[in-house]
Amino acid sequence: MTTATLELRRLGDVRAPAGFADRVLAQAGMADSYSVFDTVLGPVYVAWNRLGVSAAMRSKSAAEFEGWFRKEIGRQLVRVAPPQDLAAKIEDQLEGNKRMRFDLRGLTPFSQAVLRKTLDIPRGQVRPYGWIAREIGHPAAVRAVGTALANNPIPYFIPCHRVIRTDGVIGNYGGGGPEAKRDILTLEGVQLKRLQELARAGLRYEGVRTTKVFCFPTCYHGRHAREENFVYFHDEAEARAAGYRPCKDCRPAAVA
Amino acid sequence: MEGTERVFERLVRDHQDRIYALGFALTGNRHDAEEVAQDTFMRAFRALCTYPPDRVRELKQKAWLHRIAVNVVRNRMRGVRPRLVELNGSEPSHASGPEEDVLMRAEIDELAARVASLPLRYREAVVLRHVHELSYAEAAEALGQPVGTVKANVHRGLKMLRGENHDNGDA
Repeated sequence: MTTATLELRRLGDVRAPAGFADRVLAQAGMADSYSVFDTVLGPVYVAWNRLGVSAAMRSKSAAEFEGWFRKEIGRQLVRVAPPQDLAAKIEDQLEGNKRMRFDLRGLTPFSQAVLRKTLDIPRGQVRPYGWIAREIGHPAAVRAVGTALANNPIPYFIPCHRVIRTDGVIGNYGGGGPEAKRDILTLEGVQLKRLQELARAGLRYEGVRTTKVFCFPTCYHGRHAREENFVYFHDEAEARAAGYRPCKDCRPAAVA
Repeated sequence: MEGTERVFERLVRDHQDRIYALGFALTGNRHDAEEVAQDTFMRAFRALCTYPPDRVRELKQKAWLHRIAVNVVRNRMRGVRPRLVELNGSEPSHASGPEEDVLMRAEIDELAARVASLPLRYREAVVLRHVHELSYAEAAEALGQPVGTVKANVHRGLKMLRGENHDNGDA
């Protein structure tokens, strides 16, 4: 009897495996999980929880990503094996096929509105900062839009790189500087050179003579028009005076 | 909600070893032990979220978790014969603690497998009484059974364990 029970007591000394508590907390939604994925952009560290993707960064190392996450998001972070469906979802999101869910808790309502609006910009197109400001009902808050986008915790996935300055300057980019922003836009099929030539000439909108509609130059409407039918405008007043109406899709001006 | 999360985090950190060890002794292998322990804490979390603050404060955490874990194992085992542990099924993902060297780990795994071969009603009584060293009253509470039943089950369970020992020795 005594030997048997003495031996049995040893079973009680078994310890939970390393990282067990963190995995439980992650499962309860109190910590985020993360993994590193190979994407068309190269390796990207991605964090998520039950509400959706919470952060993404092209960090140099896991330690760098963890440090950044704890500082910026302030939750616990647990490295896990990547779930299989998430890799496909990430690819779909970057290709512009499907929408993912995002966890934007912790950001101000204004920042959340900016980022949600940014998700509406299709792949291959760009919009000015002022467009976001107007669309979310704060037309004067252009600089605040810039700040919100600069602090986007989920660059690439929430495509803040598709927002550029009206004067054609690429602008800064939290996800790796202006160079990275240029590379991603090129990868998405934006003709940056043409865009910048137009911007330098002060031409912000592109109209099509046959439809009398004016768009942002990257809007896909009217892309099949003949070269000689394109006409360019400096501003909304000029376009309207010429009898053109704003495109209902890219909404270069409020549709009155 | 914020308070619940803090209570839960402390609960997990304080009791993870104990609940994992309980799952291990009841299932006989480390993989199932982790699943049982995870299920136990997730059930505890869902329950905590629905409890009023004073109930959370007065909770006897240890007894409560034991009871949840016992129920998790009972549900898993319902209608299922305890499966044999693959002896060559090494699980390298489980880093062993510094005090568990390889030899001791093998011995402990073997012991757990032997306990796991007991019928569940004896197994849970033996484990709570002699692995976790609960009093008969505490074990009875966790198991939801009268003290007399628990005493009888512990006794029969130990007898069966010793019987197997003799068989092994004779062979």
